[in-house]
Amino acid sequence: MSKVEGYNFAYLDEQTKRMIRRSILKAVAIPGYQVPFGSREMPLPYGWGTGGIQVTAAVIGPDDTLKVIDQGADDTTNAVNIRSFFEQTTGVATTDKTREATLIQTRHRIPEAPLAEGQIMVYQVPIPEPLRWLEPRETETRKMHGLADYGVMHVKLYEDIAHYGHISTAYDYPVLVNGRYVMSPSPIPKFDNPKLDNSPALQLFGAGREKRIYAIPPYTKVESLDFEDHPFQIEKWDRACAICGATDSYLDEIVTDDRGGRIFVCSDTDYCGERVAAGHRGADEEQAA
Amino acid sequence: MTPLLTVSGLTKTYGAHTGCRDVGFELFPGEVLGIVGESGSGKTTLLRCLSAQLAPTSGTVAYDMRGLGPTDIWSLSEPERRMLTRTDWGIVHQSARDGLRMEVSAGANIGERLMAVGSRHYGNIRTEAEGWLTRVEIEAGRIDDLPTTFSGGMQQRLQIARNLVTGPRLVFMDEPTGGLDVSVQARLLDLMRGLVRQMGLSAVIVTHDLAVVRLLADRIMVMKDGRVVEAGLTDQVLDDPRHAYTQLLVSSVLQV
Repeated sequence: MSKVEGYNFAYLDEQTKRMIRRSILKAVAIPGYQVPFGSREMPLPYGWGTGGIQVTAAVIGPDDTLKVIDQGADDTTNAVNIRSFFEQTTGVATTDKTREATLIQTRHRIPEAPLAEGQIMVYQVPIPEPLRWLEPRETETRKMHGLADYGVMHVKLYEDIAHYGHISTAYDYPVLVNGRYVMSPSPIPKFDNPKLDNSPALQLFGAGREKRIYAIPPYTKVESLDFEDHPFQIEKWDRACAICGATDSYLDEIVTDDRGGRIFVCSDTDYCGERVAAGHRGADEEQAA
Repeated sequence: MTPLLTVSGLTKTYGAHTGCRDVGFELFPGEVLGIVGESGSGKTTLLRCLSAQLAPTSGTVAYDMRGLGPTDIWSLSEPERRMLTRTDWGIVHQSARDGLRMEVSAGANIGERLMAVGSRHYGNIRTEAEGWLTRVEIEAGRIDDLPTTFSGGMQQRLQIARNLVTGPRLVFMDEPTGGLDVSVQARLLDLMRGLVRQMGLSAVIVTHDLAVVRLLADRIMVMKDGRVVEAGLTDQVLDDPRHAYTQLLVSSVLQV
């Protein structure tokens, strides 16, 4: 898809991009702190990734290679639309390959392939405030962040254990960044939380409707909150990916017919495809062959 | 003996309107002070100023802090004041809805203070919560129930447990028996009297109910139009009221 004439590079005007970059710089300087920014109207509704798109627009350059994923896949509606939006407004190269991308905008997943120095992750965030469900007042949550008054986060985890016997929070699992700010990692599964920790890539979070940007600089300590006797654990599956046989990736359950048939496949399509290209096969594929 | 709480010249005005004016008293460890008066007499404003919920217009509230001695609570930094109010103090609200988190279980309500001061062991928090439920006469089996499923009296007892779990030295109570029927009130008062004596708590109790102060308070202050009109030992003030307003208040109680 080629570049469309008439728009500024990456859609936003230069002053808006400067404003967003200033917010990003502040966010990087204070890891996990939510920096307010003047979120703009974008040509798609709030909740569809406007925060992530504005952050991407502010940091993207003509030499970047962009990858956009939605729930781990490169070919879902949200990913396809955002990718074509940037193809048309910037003309930059795009890719499906995690390893080739310099800039990755994501919704709900972190790629399975390890990130590298120089890469930037941009997360789309619906609700940036991790304390929101327990404290509805914004003035109070800001004060709680200011005073590092985070006991209430554990009340939520306590409730999980009391009702389900384990911490049942499975996505948007709260983390403590750099030993200071409690942060919402956006609705990624907790399976991805360990990848936030000490990542060589720069991680930027944009919430368009809530008008907040926050960041995790490279090589920053990110801990998932837990109890001493109920430590943080990630999801486990007792089966492998049906297509590529991977046992170390996040699996999606896919219903295949209306008679209860279902398979589990990697949610990260690039990772799965890479493994298949390298000759790995899952149980289903072997049977078919 | 050093007073636990020393209040002098405490005044709170809302613009031209007076909340409370020039209130001063001392509260000693283990003592229970009752503040009585009609609605609008400034009782709750005074309690909110004392318990660091509302900044007074003038005057000081000095608290005998562990290790620091008497310190004006408004000279503390905000984190210090927050820490004080959730460890060494307890605040029991008139409406349990103001004092409890209604959307989380009874156990989490009791455990919240422990977690706020750094407790990170689920098993210990739970054991402590069960112990406290029993002490305030709620079945330990209801630990995972929401406070919305509790009766008014149980909610009030849960609020007390939630406040006492960190072993405070001073508890502020605003109409703790408000809205409860008389038999439930009696049980609650009995429980509070027991806990106050057992734990050697000091307490400041605001109420319009003279029976409550008669049972719980060692000393009382009578307030009218924002001022303290009479203060003294409970029995002395109630049996031999000097001020005209106190006389009116005492004679207004219905005899059954």
